[in-house]
Formats: sequence, C-alpha cells, structure tokens
Amino acid sequence: MAEKLSVRNVYKIFGGDVDTALSQLENGETKETIFAETGMTVGVQDANFTVNEGEIFVIMGLSGSGKSTLVRMLNGLIEPSSGEILIDGDDVAKADTNKLRKIRRSKLAMVFQHFALFPHKTVADNVAYGLKVKGVGRSERRERALKALGQVGLRPHADTYTSELSGGMQQRVGLARGLATESDILLMDEPFSALDPLIRRDMQGELLELQRSLQKTIIFITHDLDEALILGDRIAIMKDGRIVQTGTARQIVDEPADDYVAAFTQDIDRARVLTAETAAVEPEALRYGEATVGEALRRMEELDRNALFVTDNGKPVGVVAYRDLVADGHDREAKLADERMCTDFPTVPHGTSLRDLYGFASSGLPIGIVSDEGKLDRVVEARALFGQLATSPEEEQAAAERSGHDPAQGQAATA
Amino acid sequence: MFSPADIVTIPFGDWVNEFVRGFLVPNFRGFFQTIEVPVEFVMEWLNSFFNWVPMVVFTLVMALIAWRTAGKANAIFAIIALAFVDMIQLWGDTMTTLAMVLTAVVFCAIVGVPVGILAAGSDRFLKVIRPILDIMQTIPSFVYLVPIVMLFGVGSVPGVIATIIFALPPIIRLTNLGIRQVPEDLVEAAESFGSTRWQKLIDVQLPLAMRTIMAGLNQTLMLALSMSVIAALIGAGGLGLVVNTGLGRLDVGRATAGGVGIVIIAIILDRITQGLAERKQVHTTSLWQTLRGFFQSSSSSAKEKQLAEKAG
Repeated sequence: MAEKLSVRNVYKIFGGDVDTALSQLENGETKETIFAETGMTVGVQDANFTVNEGEIFVIMGLSGSGKSTLVRMLNGLIEPSSGEILIDGDDVAKADTNKLRKIRRSKLAMVFQHFALFPHKTVADNVAYGLKVKGVGRSERRERALKALGQVGLRPHADTYTSELSGGMQQRVGLARGLATESDILLMDEPFSALDPLIRRDMQGELLELQRSLQKTIIFITHDLDEALILGDRIAIMKDGRIVQTGTARQIVDEPADDYVAAFTQDIDRARVLTAETAAVEPEALRYGEATVGEALRRMEELDRNALFVTDNGKPVGVVAYRDLVADGHDREAKLADERMCTDFPTVPHGTSLRDLYGFASSGLPIGIVSDEGKLDRVVEARALFGQLATSPEEEQAAAERSGHDPAQGQAATA
Repeated sequence: MFSPADIVTIPFGDWVNEFVRGFLVPNFRGFFQTIEVPVEFVMEWLNSFFNWVPMVVFTLVMALIAWRTAGKANAIFAIIALAFVDMIQLWGDTMTTLAMVLTAVVFCAIVGVPVGILAAGSDRFLKVIRPILDIMQTIPSFVYLVPIVMLFGVGSVPGVIATIIFALPPIIRLTNLGIRQVPEDLVEAAESFGSTRWQKLIDVQLPLAMRTIMAGLNQTLMLALSMSVIAALIGAGGLGLVVNTGLGRLDVGRATAGGVGIVIIAIILDRITQGLAERKQVHTTSLWQTLRGFFQSSSSSAKEKQLAEKAG
C-alpha cells in the first residue's frame, strides 16, 4: 500500500519562546518542568507515523494527550513548531496560505466532535459547503451533496435545517460534508464521542461499511480504546503529547509497549480484538469419499476432539461428531457418506473476531475458518474458544509457571 | 492649601483652539466638506422621498413592515401612532427627522460594520479603537458641536454628522462581539475546507453574527433618535427643531408634541429592528431573504419562530 501521509518529528509548543522549549525538550526535560519553568505548554512532542492509502489510522489518547492538536496540524489549523507533515509528498508544515488552502480543498476533509454544522444552512447546503468553497457550480454542488447524503442515508432530509436533526443524524451530515468533496483523506476528530453509546455503535458500523466501498485514508481521533480497536487498522496511542505505541489492535492488546498502554488494555473486551486465528488449530480434516467411520473415530480419539471436518478437494462438506458415529453403531468399514455428516456446520472468514464466534460455539461443533476460495484453512474448537477468552497473557504465563504445563492445556482445564 | 496650579497652569483650552482653528480648519476643511457630499446626497434624497410619499401610503407600509417583523399589535400601534402624529400637525417634521436618523444609521452601518469586522479579526486593532469608542460614547455631544460647525458649517448635514459620531460606537462594538461569538469549531470547519477569509466572513461569520449586529443597529438607531434634539442646535430641522423652538419660547405644549413625535418614531423603529434581530437568529441569511420574509404567509413565519425556539 502506498504511503499517503507521513508525520516526521513533529513538535507543537504553545507559548512565546518556542526555540528554548525545543532545546529543553532535547535535553530531556519533561513537559511538566518546562511548563513550570517557562509557562509554555508542550502540545505534541516528536510525533512520528505514516498512514497508508485506504487505511483507518486511529490516534487514541485521553484528554490533554495532544491528539486533537496533532490532527489539527495535519490540515494546518494549527501550525507545527517544527517537523514535517507530508501529504503525497507536499509538506503541510511549510506550506504558505495559498498552498495550504489548495491542499485543504483537494486532499483533506474534516469531521468534528461537536459536528460544527452551520445552523443557518440547510442540510444539503452544509454538505455542499466544501464544494461551494472550491467554486463548484450550484447544480453540480446540489447533485454531489445529495449523493453524499445518500451514502449516509439522509437524502430525504436534504432540505431541512440541521437543528431539526438528532445528534446521530447531525454527525452523519458532518460525515457527508466530509465525503462530498471526495478528498482522499478524512480527518475525524472524536466524531462519535458526543453521541449516545448505542448510536455510537451504529455509526462505527456504518463507517466501516462505508469504508469498505470508499477506501478513504481515514485518520480517526478517539479517547475510547474500544472504538480504536474496532475501527483501527492501526492504532497510535498518545500520552502527554507523545506517541507511546503504534501498532495493530492485536499488537496493542497482546504486546503493550509500556505500563500505560497495558493499564489501558487491561479492561478491554478481548473477544473483540482477538481474531479466530488465535484459538485455531490445524483442521486435520477427513477426506470425503475416502475416509471410513473407523478411521474417523480413531483420529478423534488420537487428537482428543469431539468432531472433525470432512473436506472434498479442500472445501468443507460436513462435520462428523464422535457421539453420532458411536451411537449409531455403524459399520466401521463404511465410508463417510452424507447421511452420517452434519452438513449444517459453521464457517467464518479469516479475521473474524472471537466475539462473533460465540453464537456458533453453542452447537458444540468446531468452527471452520475458510479462505476466500472456500478452502478450509483452520478450525476453532468450541472449548478452545472459551479458554482463549478466559485468560489474559499475564495469567497464561503465571499459570504456566505454576503448573509447569503449557498454556494451551491450562486453558482447556479452565474451560 | 497647595495646589499644582500655583506653580504651573496649562492653557489647555488655547491649545485646542489653536489645533482646531489653526490646523484642522485651514488644512482639512476641504476634506471634511467632501465627506459631507454623500451624507447630504442620501439625506436630501430620503427627505424628499419621505415628504413625497402620501401619509396614508407611508403609514400602511410601516404597518405592514411592523406586522411582518414584530407582530399584529405593533402594526396597529404604528397606524394609530402615525395618525396621531399627523393630527398634531407634525407629519413633515417627523419625516425630516426620520430621513436624518436613517441617513445617520446608514452611514453608521457603512462605517461601523467593516470597522467591527476588522476589530474582530485583530486584537491589536481592537485595543486601539476601544478607547476611541469609549471617548465617543462618554464625551458630551455639545463638546464636538463647535468643531463640527467650524468644519462643516450649520444645517441638517452637520447635524447628521454629529449624530453619526454619537451613534457609531454600538454597531462597531456589537459587530465585533457578534463575530467573536461565532463558535470556534464552525470557524475551524470553514477553514478546514479551504475557505478564504472572505468566504469565511460572508458565508459563516456574518450570517451567524447577524443577530448581534442587528442588536447593534437597533442601539445605533435609538442613539441617533436621541441625538435629534441636540443636532437641531446646529441647524438641523425636524422634530428636534420643534422641541428647541418650544423650549426657546417656553411653549411647553409644542416642545412636548415634538418630544412625543420622537418617542413614537423610536418605538416603531425599535420594535421593527428588534423583530428583525430575532428573525436573524436561525436561518435567514440575507437582507433579501428578510425582505422576502415580509411577504411570506404568516404560517411560515410562525414555523420559523418555532425553529428558532428549538435552536435556542
């Protein structure tokens, strides 16, 4: 994937004598001592990251961590004290007013925490604002605004005023305004923080849905780690103006860079972050039309499994369960045929979160992870699924040390 | 008892005389008289227009505007009050006062709104003009009547110019305030889409500040009306002159009649401009829309009011 935006050594210091503060930072002094000595506030220090085309990059941090300052530097609403911000190779940090305006018009759109909709304009005029600024003609503006409103499902409300809409609808208008200009990069500054939890969940889902077709480069600011984990292809965690860790959701949860990140991730819903693969094992599938009942029973006993997938040319065609085969008293030499298999078996694509497997697990059957071509790649045993959820990495380690067993067995026992 | 005056006395009055008579008048009389030209033009035009329009037509138009902006009660008041003015035989003077006041307000808006916009955009500029505005509002208007007579002569136009000086501060202050009160995130939104300063001003800041600006315009209007008696001292006509001659002849009745005329105009214009300011609250963005609003059905204006309440 191509690199769309790149932030290098960016600092922001609020206050008069920026150079002094910068050199103090270089000497390793902290944000607090600089503020105490000079009264200057360090907003962002030494931010470095790159965002690839078509990815959702989440910047997560608590209030005062500098995340809003950082995102405002990306479109020049706040001028960085030093460093480079490259968008398609153009440095926003050094751009003059005209160039900055050109970049804002063509490459960046922003969605705001409190919507920032214009109360004196209709919904359609709000959405068309970016186009109006660019000098797009009235009828084309309207057409493109309606298209963007269609994408967020608000087309029927085009001619109402924003004050008549609910919070969730208002933010959809904000999103549509960002989409209407068709710029490549969408900056979203805590766009869902002001919404009710249920609506927030809906909006997150809708954003992901939209992103699937739009493939924008999105920089998403949030203070909510759950939100970051749901949305982010990659996540940067900020503290005191510094990025403390950048990585995928999985990396943030499983390999926290320091105690701060670890403390954050401690309470999160692991089931949502961990994917099916983390609990998966080799399928050990039986071949359709070749394997016999006896062979199936023997394999299951060896592997200590209750059921196995049956595949035809790598594609899953059914599942045979130990108890079914035993109870029927079948001829052990008979081939596995359709009537002996459960053909209503669960499969999921790669990357499915553990949370989404809960429903399938209740059937007791293993869950197949299939590739895009429909081939069975891995299998998640129902009991392993619950075992995975019950333990955090530290506990796993502790359990392993105590008992001398490997973590997998520990999990099976707890399940 | 010791006082500084025992040692040094300052001929302050002489200095001012020297400055005005010796410097300002000879060097800048031409400049000031050029300023007079547009003011005179607008005032003459308005004056002859208002005196040309038949009383009944004028009253009905005022009543219609009052109805559209401020409601039925105010419309009825306008009809009764203007009829009263006509019956006490002050119609012509009232129209002259109205022309003078509106001229002053027009020029206050032409000067005041841009100055207010500049002040909103620059803290430094605001720091410079704020003491000037304070002086303009606190200095007794009699003090600058004399230099105005020296520079502009006597008559209605100098009267209007004195009125402009007196009535200018509120529109500057409230334009500045209105623009500064536009929520920061709306301004950021405008900037983030690449607006020029002009686009931001016209499309976002001014419409959102319009309500406060209209409140400033209302105050400017009221100040201009209250100045009409003082302006008459330097030769301006209209109701102010009626009051002044009444005073001069100790004719209480005539002075009161002139005063009542001013109050009536003040009430009508105040209600109309306040009504306009309230309508500005939500969506009407331009003078054209406001004007068009006069002629929309009353149900739609009721709906707008509802929306305004919701937004508030």
